[in-house]
Amino acid sequence: MAKNPFDRAGSSSSITRPPSAVEFTNDSIFRTVAYSCAFLIIVLVAFILWEIGKEAVPAMQRYGLGFWTGTTWDVNKQQFSVLPEIWGTLYSSLLALLLGGLFGVSIAIFLTQDFIHNRLAAVFRTIVELLAAIPSVVYGLWGIYVLIPLIRPGAEWLHEHFSWFPLFSTDLSGPGMAPAALVLAIMILPTVAAISVDAFRRIPYKVKEAAYGMGTTKWEAILKVMLPTASSGILAALVLGFGRALGETMALAMLIGNSNQISLSLFAPANTLASLLASSFPEAGPIEVQALMYAALVLLLITFLVNVIGLGVQQYTVRKFEGKK
Amino acid sequence: MNAAAEESVFVAEPFTPEGDVVIDCNVEQIYYGNFLAVRDSVVPIEKNKITGFIGPSGCGKSTVLRSLNRMNDLIDVFRFVGSVIYHGQDIYAKKVDPVVVRRYIGMVFQQPNPFSMSIYDNVAFGLRLNKYKGNMDERVERALQRAALWNEVKDKLKNSGLSLSGGQQQRLCIARAIATEPDVLLMDEPCSALDPIATRQVEELMLELKANYTVALVTHNMQQATRVADTTAFFSVDISRGGRTGYLVEMAPTKQVFEDPQQSLTKEYISGEFS
Amino acid sequence: MSDIDLTTTADDEVVRPNLERQLLEGRAIKNNVLTVLTWIAAILASVPLLSVIYMLLMRGGSRLFGADFVEVLTALPPAGFEMGGGIGPAIVGTLIMVAIAALISVPFGILAAIYLAMLGPTSKVATTSRFLAKVLTGFPSILAGVFVYAVLVISFGYSALAGGVALAVLMLPTVVLAAEEAIKQVPQRMKDAAYGMGCTRTQVIWKVVLPTGLPGILTGVMLAIAGAAGESAPLLFTALFSNYYITEVMEPTASLSILIYNFSGMPFENQIELAWTASLVLVLIVLVFNILARLVGQPKV
Repeated sequence: MAKNPFDRAGSSSSITRPPSAVEFTNDSIFRTVAYSCAFLIIVLVAFILWEIGKEAVPAMQRYGLGFWTGTTWDVNKQQFSVLPEIWGTLYSSLLALLLGGLFGVSIAIFLTQDFIHNRLAAVFRTIVELLAAIPSVVYGLWGIYVLIPLIRPGAEWLHEHFSWFPLFSTDLSGPGMAPAALVLAIMILPTVAAISVDAFRRIPYKVKEAAYGMGTTKWEAILKVMLPTASSGILAALVLGFGRALGETMALAMLIGNSNQISLSLFAPANTLASLLASSFPEAGPIEVQALMYAALVLLLITFLVNVIGLGVQQYTVRKFEGKK
Repeated sequence: MNAAAEESVFVAEPFTPEGDVVIDCNVEQIYYGNFLAVRDSVVPIEKNKITGFIGPSGCGKSTVLRSLNRMNDLIDVFRFVGSVIYHGQDIYAKKVDPVVVRRYIGMVFQQPNPFSMSIYDNVAFGLRLNKYKGNMDERVERALQRAALWNEVKDKLKNSGLSLSGGQQQRLCIARAIATEPDVLLMDEPCSALDPIATRQVEELMLELKANYTVALVTHNMQQATRVADTTAFFSVDISRGGRTGYLVEMAPTKQVFEDPQQSLTKEYISGEFS
Repeated sequence: MSDIDLTTTADDEVVRPNLERQLLEGRAIKNNVLTVLTWIAAILASVPLLSVIYMLLMRGGSRLFGADFVEVLTALPPAGFEMGGGIGPAIVGTLIMVAIAALISVPFGILAAIYLAMLGPTSKVATTSRFLAKVLTGFPSILAGVFVYAVLVISFGYSALAGGVALAVLMLPTVVLAAEEAIKQVPQRMKDAAYGMGCTRTQVIWKVVLPTGLPGILTGVMLAIAGAAGESAPLLFTALFSNYYITEVMEPTASLSILIYNFSGMPFENQIELAWTASLVLVLIVLVFNILARLVGQPKV
């Protein structure tokens, strides 16, 4: 730093002085530190991709792409493949999305479209937040001791009378796709609801005015104007909710049955990539661990892709409304 | 460019103040990105006087004021061509750090902006920043007294600065700015967010500050300029070349600007024909 | 005489629209049905929550609010056929790992947020970093465990530290994004005032922005802690489990979430009850931090 050019300014101002060398140094150091931390996030993500990829390489070399398409996970024969898990992951998440997405968007409409007083809306918002706060294991525990016994009678009835229908073709003996998907739906509902509420809130007031000014009923305004306007935001909510469902582990590990099979039946046990990792890892020997690392990589790629798409849609939405407010 | 085109560019008559010039501001061009915001404005700020900048909206008076303490640097696309000489140094020289400049030249903004700390801490902020080792309580009291706020807050110095009314907050900001006895005080429409009574108090304050400080004031209120400014610089907007570029039209002692303006544009503005 | 007849006769009908509500008209029915359905959806969504709370209080509360609640909170977890026992080590383990996670993620997160919000908001590094932080919020928690396993556990063994690091990876995005928001909420004019007084950027941040934005930042931190306390998947590969109180940070440790997971599958009534008790304690911890987040978020004016 050059010598203070305002030394002669001292006449009336005996109090102010330029920052000391220490202050200038602190400024440079601190700004560098802050920059590094921001950069660190990028490094962290790259590191995660690198590490998991690295651990997966031995298994990738051994099993190649057959890993994605085979259906056996046999420790004794040392044959590992994850198609049933990929199927289970996608199927359970899709079912969860259908239910959780529907309810999530409905609640978002309920909260933002003037159905209830602000106080009551705050109560429901709290309920949704509490749903999000409950840990995954607790949902798992609840699923085992409350949900499964609850839906079993209904499932057995459906199986008895409609077993020709692929969705009901097996018996619900305990854990299975249905309870897992139901709990998963409950778990992603808050995510979908929160992002959808955000999407509805972004709609400029004048759009609402225009709709009601034409004499629409409340629901005509919602279905014909508000939903279409918020559609990209709601799409983002659904995609991101789907992404959460894909990565969910514990509740599924406890409820899905950990059975490596592919079935359309809602009542058959199944497995997901995440619960495979959770249940097999503790006891796994070195070869199995490598296969599990490959499975982890598959999960990483799928969730990364879905989340990036979801975020892209969300950012597009924000930009769309940026100028309109 | 041919001679005819050059002649059509108006540049104000240079103004030479009688006393010492504390800041000699010589704007050649001010750009925001590709937009030419201000051109050709030489505005000398005289010591222990109040220099008022008036003019219609968009004429660049705030931009020029904020250039005097390099506040515009906070805007990425800002570019200053020219010089601002303060104590023999051009503050826009490469070696000069704007942080140092702002220690010597204080600023009061349009919207009152006290920090979310106690009244005392707000006023003491500059003192602590500059590692003042003297009697802090005394300086704080003096600043608050000069800002005509002491009697109203002396019993509640620990209260948050944000708990005061708008007019009080602005006076707090003035106290904060003068606590460190800066050479020059820049005031950017300090009364525009205030009611008439608070405005009157701040105007009286400015007249008292003159004795110890030099003030440069931007105001959209002509009457305020007649009441407090010793010298007035009138800016206007040049739309002759397609854009809206501000420029200095006339600068003279206030009495002369309002009673005997030399430029027709000044005459029109004063008489309210455009604003 | 004009040929327009301006007179009206009594026979002329004047068509007036009926402005009154029509309860049974088609549009109205559809409207009301959909409203009822939406109400049903909202109430249905509350049912699982009420059920979970009920179960927690009934089955978890029976041990916790009973006479032996001290034993439950402090004793070691029981083995297979044992009666009694408690969840003491699990509570301590959870709290310690969450503390480690916070110690790592909070400073890094806030510093990164300062850069994102103030020092270089539009730079390439900032945009990329912000985007990746948002991507990380949806990161499967089990993969955080796999990652830390690959990085730490293989070389240094299972430990509470590894568990804490895995939780830190999960906490980081929440802290960064919440802190960035809080810093952006500090009014620009306050920052301008600080710049105007001749503060360096670091001084503006430390003297004005951080103190003013602290409530918002702390809210984010509390919410991140609440989330981390409830995590279990990442701990499977990092902290493993232990039946004893933790003595040092480089050894495996118990945690409430893993205890619940382990005990939930056991055929012993005692263990299952303890799983519910642990669930209740875990949810209470999470709730406390959620409430703290709300309390701390009251801005100071």
